[in-house]
Amino acid sequence: MHLRISGHKTKGVKSLNAEGKTALLFLSPSLAGFLLFYLVPFFWGMYYSMLSSPVNGKFVGISNYLDLLHNEYFLKAALNTLLFTFLSVPLSLVISISLALLLNKNIFGKEKLRTLFVTPLVVPVASVVLVWQVLFDSHGSVNYLMNQVGLQPVDWMNSNWARLVLIIMYLWKTTGYNIVLFLAGLQNIPSQYYEAAEIDGAGTFKKFTSITLVYLTPTAFFVFIMSIINSFKVFRETYLIAGAYPHDSIYMLQHYMNNMFTSLDYQKLTSAAFIMAAFIFVLVFALFRIERKISSTLV
Amino acid sequence: MKLLLKAISIGNDICKNLKETLKHNLRKLLTTFILLFIAVIFIFPLIFTITNSLMSEQEINSSYSMVNSADGSVRADLAGSYAKLKFIPDIATIRQYYNVLIKKLQFLIMFWNSVKITIPIVFGQVLVGSMAAYAFSKLKFPGRERLFFLYIIVMLMPFQVTLVPNYIISDKLGLINSFLSIIFPGVFSTFGIFLLRQFMVYIPNEYIEAAKVEGANHFIIFTKIVLPMTKAGIAALIILAFIDNWNMVEQPVIFLQDVNMHPLSVFLSSINSGERGIAFAASTVYMIPMLLIFLYGEKYLIEGIQLSGLKG
Repeated sequence: MHLRISGHKTKGVKSLNAEGKTALLFLSPSLAGFLLFYLVPFFWGMYYSMLSSPVNGKFVGISNYLDLLHNEYFLKAALNTLLFTFLSVPLSLVISISLALLLNKNIFGKEKLRTLFVTPLVVPVASVVLVWQVLFDSHGSVNYLMNQVGLQPVDWMNSNWARLVLIIMYLWKTTGYNIVLFLAGLQNIPSQYYEAAEIDGAGTFKKFTSITLVYLTPTAFFVFIMSIINSFKVFRETYLIAGAYPHDSIYMLQHYMNNMFTSLDYQKLTSAAFIMAAFIFVLVFALFRIERKISSTLV
Repeated sequence: MKLLLKAISIGNDICKNLKETLKHNLRKLLTTFILLFIAVIFIFPLIFTITNSLMSEQEINSSYSMVNSADGSVRADLAGSYAKLKFIPDIATIRQYYNVLIKKLQFLIMFWNSVKITIPIVFGQVLVGSMAAYAFSKLKFPGRERLFFLYIIVMLMPFQVTLVPNYIISDKLGLINSFLSIIFPGVFSTFGIFLLRQFMVYIPNEYIEAAKVEGANHFIIFTKIVLPMTKAGIAALIILAFIDNWNMVEQPVIFLQDVNMHPLSVFLSSINSGERGIAFAASTVYMIPMLLIFLYGEKYLIEGIQLSGLKG
């Protein structure tokens, strides 16, 4: 996912050449749908977020956004979402790199083991909701085990511990995807690099830090971006387990937006969505910039 | 004497080699075991769901009745008890499956709803996506990179950004409470274009140039050369799009007011304690299509994930 945006623009091309016309033909179904269901709604939504009310509203500029920044629930949801992302994404990266390194070693049944790690990716969230419920209910199995070893039971879903439960569910779901990407990244590192380092007398640790980690950087960036995007989707799990109004610590931006939709407060919903979109945009853009800088020093 | 010395030294070498291989294999075994242990934790929810689907309703109820359901309350007499993790049923029975598949019609209706939403989206995404990916990878036109960048950016946005306008558009087109209100945005999701383009840029341009020399037009090149060479990519897209849409929860809740039109994903999430007796079998049936697709197409899925991370 490396985008080259051509700096120079072909000037004054009014009429398309033959290839351009063919391209338009091939693109037309996609373009029509993209315009109708994505691009037009996008700008319409942006305009909406600047009206005072959905029906006969006046243009009020950014006042809806300013209102949100003083809204207790929005702030709570935004903070929870950020906190979750900042905790879970680095954890996911470390765990999946470690597992990919182990899987890349000389082991028995390599392919079969990888399959087991990828399986959670294809298991529908709704199918395993019951399992999470049985595990993390206040009368659930985890508490049973804790009780057995003499620990105080915890009300997992109705305390700050809910964050941990969410992180576990997120890691369970996304680690397989990341492992596959990291394995591909590892296999793309030429073995000559390691051989050359060995001749220079580099130890295992040195080889890991100066070859493996360095050449995994592009992969890691992509995994990082995808993990962040996926971390915003953890709402689905939360919603399925804890409903529209979960414990305060896991009340996410999507809960807020969902509840604004149900209470017909479209202004708040749209403004909140655009704040989130702007955040994602800035983050992805910044990461691309950094990535390009780092990979240009690699070659 | 010389011979004996030689024999001893050979013997020593063998011993040393044996030690080395033993040490090596031991290490290999240990790493495998560690990974296997972690992998078992990963698939534990699956095993748990499948084994519990073979329990009778009574056994499920007596094992997990203390666990809160969506509706809240716990019976007072169960206050101090905890759910044990049970893997092996006291008596294995397919009663749950009988109840789910034959006795309760509602379940099958919702399974069918899931199919009716997912299949058109996957099919449409492949059709629309492969055409657009061809234009983005093999045809030159002004503004190509910019348009593609726009597609990617939209792909990354949360769906709530376009939710309200989409709702209004669907309403104007009379699509609310129709599967089409979910299917259309799904078909035009830009993810498929992104993924297929990643596959198509690796097709050497020489093939296309050669076909052009022989007088083939772009339609023929697309259907006869590029599509067959993108088979792996299409398979990967089918799997990934299937996963994504089979799992859909938010959109149906918003666009389909009629509960009887909800897909299984929504239904399973609203199962309460009264229905827990069939929930494990329902969950198992729900994940079977996904697991089958995964087992058949794992190779393509892996390739698709890997290419999604490559520079194109």
